[in-house]
This record gives sequence, C-alpha cells and structure tokens, in this order.
Amino acid sequence: MATYSFRLNGRSVSADSWDAAQPLLYVLRNQFALHGVKFGCGLGQCGACTVLMDGRAVRSCTTPMSLAAGRAITTIEGLGTAQKPDRVQAAFIAEQAAQCGYCTSGMIMASAAFLTQTPKPTRDQVKQGLAGNLCRCGTHTRILRAVLRASRA
Amino acid sequence: MITPILSRRDLLKTGGALVVGFAFDAALPRWTWAQTPAAGGHAGKPLDPSEVDSFLAIHPDGTVTLYSGKVDVGTGLRIAVAQMAAEELGIQAERITVVDGDTGVCPDQGGTGGSTGLTRGGVEVRQAAATARQALLALGATRLGRPAAELTIVDGEVRPLAGGAGVGVGTLIGDRRFSLKVDSKAPIREPARYGVVGKPLPRPDMPDKCTGHHVYVHDFTLPGMLHARVIRPAAIGAKLVSVDDSSVRGIPGVRVVRLENFLAVVASDEWAAVSAARALKATWTEWQGLQGSDGLERWTRAAALDRDQAVVNRGDALAALGGGAKRLSATYFWPFQSHASLGPSCAVADVRGDGSATIWSASQGTHGLRSNLSKVFGLSPDKVRVVFLDGSGSYGTNGGDHAAADAVLLSKTLGQPVRVQWMRQDETGWDPKGPQQLLDVQAALDANGRIVAWDTQMWLPAQAPGGRALLAADAAGLPQDHGQGAGLLTQNGDPPYQADNVRVLVHWVKDTPLQLSNLRAPGKVANVFAVESFTDELAAAARVDPVAFRLGRLTDQRAIDVLNRAAQTFGWQPRPSPSPQARQGRMLVGRGIAYVRYKQTENYVAMAMEVAVDPASGRIDVRRVACAHDCGLIVNPDALKNQIEGSIVQTISRTLHEEVTFDRSRVTSVDWASYPILRFPEAPQVDVVLIDRPDQPLLGAGEAATAPVAAALANAIFDATGVRLRTVPFTLQRMKAALSAGSTA
Repeated sequence: MATYSFRLNGRSVSADSWDAAQPLLYVLRNQFALHGVKFGCGLGQCGACTVLMDGRAVRSCTTPMSLAAGRAITTIEGLGTAQKPDRVQAAFIAEQAAQCGYCTSGMIMASAAFLTQTPKPTRDQVKQGLAGNLCRCGTHTRILRAVLRASRA
Repeated sequence: MITPILSRRDLLKTGGALVVGFAFDAALPRWTWAQTPAAGGHAGKPLDPSEVDSFLAIHPDGTVTLYSGKVDVGTGLRIAVAQMAAEELGIQAERITVVDGDTGVCPDQGGTGGSTGLTRGGVEVRQAAATARQALLALGATRLGRPAAELTIVDGEVRPLAGGAGVGVGTLIGDRRFSLKVDSKAPIREPARYGVVGKPLPRPDMPDKCTGHHVYVHDFTLPGMLHARVIRPAAIGAKLVSVDDSSVRGIPGVRVVRLENFLAVVASDEWAAVSAARALKATWTEWQGLQGSDGLERWTRAAALDRDQAVVNRGDALAALGGGAKRLSATYFWPFQSHASLGPSCAVADVRGDGSATIWSASQGTHGLRSNLSKVFGLSPDKVRVVFLDGSGSYGTNGGDHAAADAVLLSKTLGQPVRVQWMRQDETGWDPKGPQQLLDVQAALDANGRIVAWDTQMWLPAQAPGGRALLAADAAGLPQDHGQGAGLLTQNGDPPYQADNVRVLVHWVKDTPLQLSNLRAPGKVANVFAVESFTDELAAAARVDPVAFRLGRLTDQRAIDVLNRAAQTFGWQPRPSPSPQARQGRMLVGRGIAYVRYKQTENYVAMAMEVAVDPASGRIDVRRVACAHDCGLIVNPDALKNQIEGSIVQTISRTLHEEVTFDRSRVTSVDWASYPILRFPEAPQVDVVLIDRPDQPLLGAGEAATAPVAAALANAIFDATGVRLRTVPFTLQRMKAALSAGSTA
C-alpha cells in the first residue's frame, strides 16, 4: 500500500492505494466522495471523467495515481457551488445545458480548460474544443451556447 | 475464495417473516438516507392511485411533496409535474418537491415510456391536486367563515376572491391526510387563466448537475457495501466450464462468486473489483448461435415468420397498385441500435436475511422491476422496495434492469449490500437492443399525382409476451419469463396523407438474434424514415416541391401549420428535388423536409434540414435543422425545447453513425470506437418552433421529434446529390458507394 500526496481542489491531501496504476477516478470518487467525477468508459473515449491536472484537462479514468502524485487536481466540486457557481457552471445553468447531466461535469471541466486556452472562441472553435467529450442526450446546441456565454462573462 | 455454488432452491428460499418498516424523508440528501433510517414520517402512506394522499402531501410550512410513479430521466418531468400541480393548488412551483419512482412511497403509474410521463403521470397528479384544491377551499371556508365559492388559493393561501385576510394551506392541512378519493370530476383550472403552466421555469436539478452534487445511482453508497463486477461470457450462449481463482490471488480482498454460469467478483475496494474482473481467468464453452450482423437485411427477409398481420387495410391497395399511371417501390432498412447510455448501468441492492430487499436503480419502470425481481428471485413483493435514483440517460430500457438483477443476486448470495457497476463493454454490448426493421413500400400515383394505392410491408420481431429475461437469472439457472417486448413497433407505417387504398402488412419474424427492448420512438423511428423518404420519392417522381406535395394531401390544420412553420423558419424555397444548383465549392448542398403525426394520434412535427455532402469523402454534414412542434398544451416550453433538440441531435447520430454489429458469438460494437456516436464538430444549428395549443390536451414530447429526423436527412441528401440512401446508418462508405453507383443504394 503506497501513499500518494497531491493537491485537491486547493487542499493538500494524500490517498492510499495498493496499486500505482489505480486510476485517479476511483480515488476521487471513493476516497474523497467527489461524485461529480463520472465513470463513462474507463477508456479515455468519452470525457465524462474529465478533471483538471495542473490546469489541463485530463481523463481521470486513465490517469494512474502514480502520475497524479504531486500535481494539483481540480474537480467540478472545486469550481463553485450551486449557490456560488463559477462562470462556466453559471453559464450551463443559465442555458439549462443538460438533460440527464451525466456528461455535464466532464463537459464543464473540458470547457473550463478550453476557455483558459481560448478565451474568446468562435462557435466552431468550441465545437472543435469539445470534440473529445460525448453527450448522448443530444444537448450539444445548449452546451455550445453555454460555453460561448461563459466566454463573454 | 470461490463462494460455493448454491442450489436453485437455496437461491429461491426466502428468510424469516419480519417486515422492516421503511422510512423516508424527502428533505434529506438521498445518499445519506440509508445512514439515517429512523428519519421521516412517510411510513404507511397510501400508494393506491385512487387516493389523493398517494400523490401529494402538504406540509405545515406550506411546502408540498408530490409522489410520482413516473420518473425524470433527464427529461424535465419533475419541474413539469410540479408546474401542473402548482397551477391547481395555487402554490408556487418552487415550493413543490417531487419524489419519483420510489415504490415505497410513490403510486404505480406505469413505466415511464411511450411519452406518457405527463400524459398519464402528470395528468393523474393534476387530478389529485385539483381534488385537493376543492378540499382546501372547503377547509378554508370553515376557517374563514365564507362560502368556498367566494374563495381562491393564491401563493399557498386560501383567500377571499374579494380580498381580505387568508389562511395558509399549511395551516389548514399541514401533514394531515386528505383521506379523499381522487375526484375525476374535480374541476381543472382554465388554461386561459394559467399562471404557472406554460412558463419556462428552470429545472430544479440543473444547479446540482452543473456543480457535481446531483446524486445518481452510481453515487449511492451503503455501509458495508461491496463493489461487484460481473463477468459476462465471451459468447452470448456460452456455459462456464471452469474458473481459475489463483488468477486474482494478488488483488486484495477479492472474492469470486460463481452461481452456475453467473460469474462475478466482489471487493470492498472498487478498483480491486475492476482489476479482478479483468484478471480473472475463466473458461467458457464455444457458442456460435448468431448469424452475424453482415447480411442482416437478407436474413430478416428470409426469416421464419410467426404470422402476418394487416394493421391497416383500407380499400384494396394491391388491386389499385396496378391501376396507377406511375408506380414506385423501395426498400428501407434500419439496423439494431443500442441505447448506448453514456454512463454504464449501475444498481445497489440490499437483500436481508429476513427476505426484505431494497434496490436503488435508475429503472424507467421501478414498479415493474419490483414485480419482476420479486418473482425471479423468490422474494415477496411487499417486502421489496425499488428506489429510483437518477441514472445516465436511458432512452428506453437500457442495461439498468439487468444491473439491478445482478445486484440482487449477489446481495442475496453474500448477505451484504452490493453495488454493481457495469463497464463500458457491458453496457454497449449487453443492453437490450432496439430491433432491426425492414420495410418494403410501394405506391401508385394517377395522372394527376393523386396517391391511389400505398402498400407498406414491414418485418418486425414477434414480441413474445411476458417479462424481459434478466441476464443474471438466466446465467444462474433461475426459471423466468423470456418475453421480448420492444414497444409499439407498427405505428406510422401508413402515410399521413390522402391516399385511396392503403395496406400496412406486418410480417412478424419468429426469432430475434439479440435481446430486445424499447428504444426511443420504437418502430416509429424506422417506419417514418421509410414512409417520409418514400413520400419524397413520390414528390420527386411527380416533379412537385416536397412541402407542396405534402400540403396538397393534408386537411388537418394542425398538420398544415407545422409544415408551414417549419418551412418558413427554415427559409424553404419551393422547387422539386433534386436541386439543380447543389454544388457549393467541393460540397453538394441540399434541403429536405419530413412530417409526422406521431402514432397517427399524437404530436404534429415537421422538420426541415440542410445538409452538405462531400462527394470525395462521403462525409455528410447536417448544417441546420428547423423543427415545428405541436404537442397541444405546453407545460414548460424550455424543458420541452430541450427534449426536442435532444431528440433531433440524438437521431442524427443514430442515422449517420449507429449500428450494432455482431459476429456468430457476440456483439462486437462495445465501446465508443466500435459504436461511434455524433461528436461536437457535427452538431448542427437547431431552431425549434413551438406551437402552443392551450385548448388542446397535452401530449408527451420525449419521442415525437425523433421520428422525422432520418427521412428529413435522407431527403436533404437526395436533394443535394440526386442519390437516395435507404439503409441506416449513412456511413461515409455507404454515401460514397451510392454516389459512385450514381443512383440509389
């Protein structure tokens, strides 16, 4: 059993794992009860598990603990709260940009990272920026509106 | 380490007779509920749908809890039902909480399918609320010393119509029972005076969904809960020969559970369970009982039939076919498709030694699931409670009921709460599928372009009655039903247009290669693809504009209105297809239209679409969609638009990309690489126009806009290229092949 220290939503934390290959996803969900991080595929194909690592969007389902150690991890819970959402969350709420919402956390995290890189995107740039995140409910048009709204906030 | 194989008798044996009372408090965060079993005051509340108290409770502070048997699967049902009740009760929708799909506290209103969430679910709640309103007015009359006829309810207060002091509904009834039968004659508020229904109120789930705090079934935990992964066989019908438990010896705390052909691993650490499921070496028998998805259309046409059934037979279509001036025929095919939920199914079960069981599930039919689980696992239904928790969008019956069965079997076997989470390949590979559909359509036009004959023949899987077989029960050798229900598949096989002689003949095919279930707009999705594509073929043959062709054969004003509004919103320029000026640079650009009256009795939907086809690559780009939608009375226009937009985009995905593939042994489309869906770069602009009809009954909206999508797309491709695609999905290869063949594919 090894211990891994990292920063999580602004706090210093450590987690134990019997396997250095254990994906960050399971540690976030089961040791820290950060359930906003969603398991979608475990293959890095869908983006439902997206979190920020040192400010960049990564797939927590394929990020081993050994790689997360020493990094700064931000999850959807670290952005804002229902009472005080950050600008991306606020834009998603304003546009009612979810149906089942299972992809939403990953979508918001990917959007947050994208907007850091591309603060004033066009609609086409947002489409390309979110190409790796899947939404099965077909909420794409609202999500695009929400990201553009956030970019103006 | 392997748990000994149990006999069927052991499995079916129920425990002692002690009944554990359930308690519930809607105000508690759901995932902590199990840790505080003593909380709440809803034990023993009525569940009979004929009782007002089954549907609602008004609390002393004037807040309301509604109990809905229909569930919100990301559709906005909770806000819509709250608005319908708010309107009748005179209480703000914000003060209403909806508890949905918990069999312990919610009445059975049937499964949430077929777009019945509001048409049945909401309407029943509304009638209970209307009955409660009369009771509140009567209580207020006594309290205020005035006749009920002189009172109204505003903002949760019974007040004199003429003004003056009122009394809060919480004071009048607070947490006491109405003890009233739902009065089917209790007056409903007049639509003209609606203040809450029709407003785009925000969905209450949105802030938590956007901040990571909304609780899904995947997030629910119990003390002492084990994580499980089920290992499905390498071939659908394979039997388990042997398991080498030494293959998982290095993984901490893992137990292997084998019950005949049911194989699972459990551990208190989820990653240990996942790792063990991957590492476990098991030997299965060979099995090659499938014919494979290649050539499925040919297989379907040649398959043994259960029976033929004429579902529409007006005039003599066969005789009239020979009499027309122009006769056309075409064949359309729709493949097996997966619900492909983004989050694989999950369930938690706690089966106790006393025979009681609680199951947390995202099932669209929790009451039905309770009956099925009770029957199959030998539990007494009155001791089984299924609690709905949100899941990943399911669009019908995905793998969720199977996951619940896995969890029940494991919890019952191990005597501990068990959480079963399916992996990606389980969900896409093993969810019950929407069936393949083959349609032959022929019609004849007379010299004036009148449709004198129309004949649709459709090959559909015969739907065996009974419950859907649960994978876990079959694997463990438990007796159960083997029903094959996939929804109402035959509707919309006839044209919605004036036609003199019409026949729709169903060839019910005996066998189905894969297990079936209802998948959004079951049957209708392919029937309307065929009927509306073929209508376009008739319009092209008659050299008439596709919108004008349809309008010329419709008399229902609501149908005419949606077609006109869709065309107008789109900026439709009337002319026959194909387009004489399709080329724009290297792309071929065209537009198509399709219309449906869903199930021939429900929503009116018309949809225009612009596509660009790249002839070099075969890539099809849907640029924009304009949809006009009439579902009668609108309860929440924004939640409604969200549903319609989703139906459109999801069905573009189904039409362009989606096909379940299988070989002789198993489904081979098992992840997002082998079962691709639409991605953001392909997302079109979508404009939805809602036509509100407050004087008309409300209709469901989860499915109708799905139905015309594939035909609008195919018709737009024909307009752009002169080539018609009649087999879904419209892959790059299929588009290119059709273009090089130069005519049709």
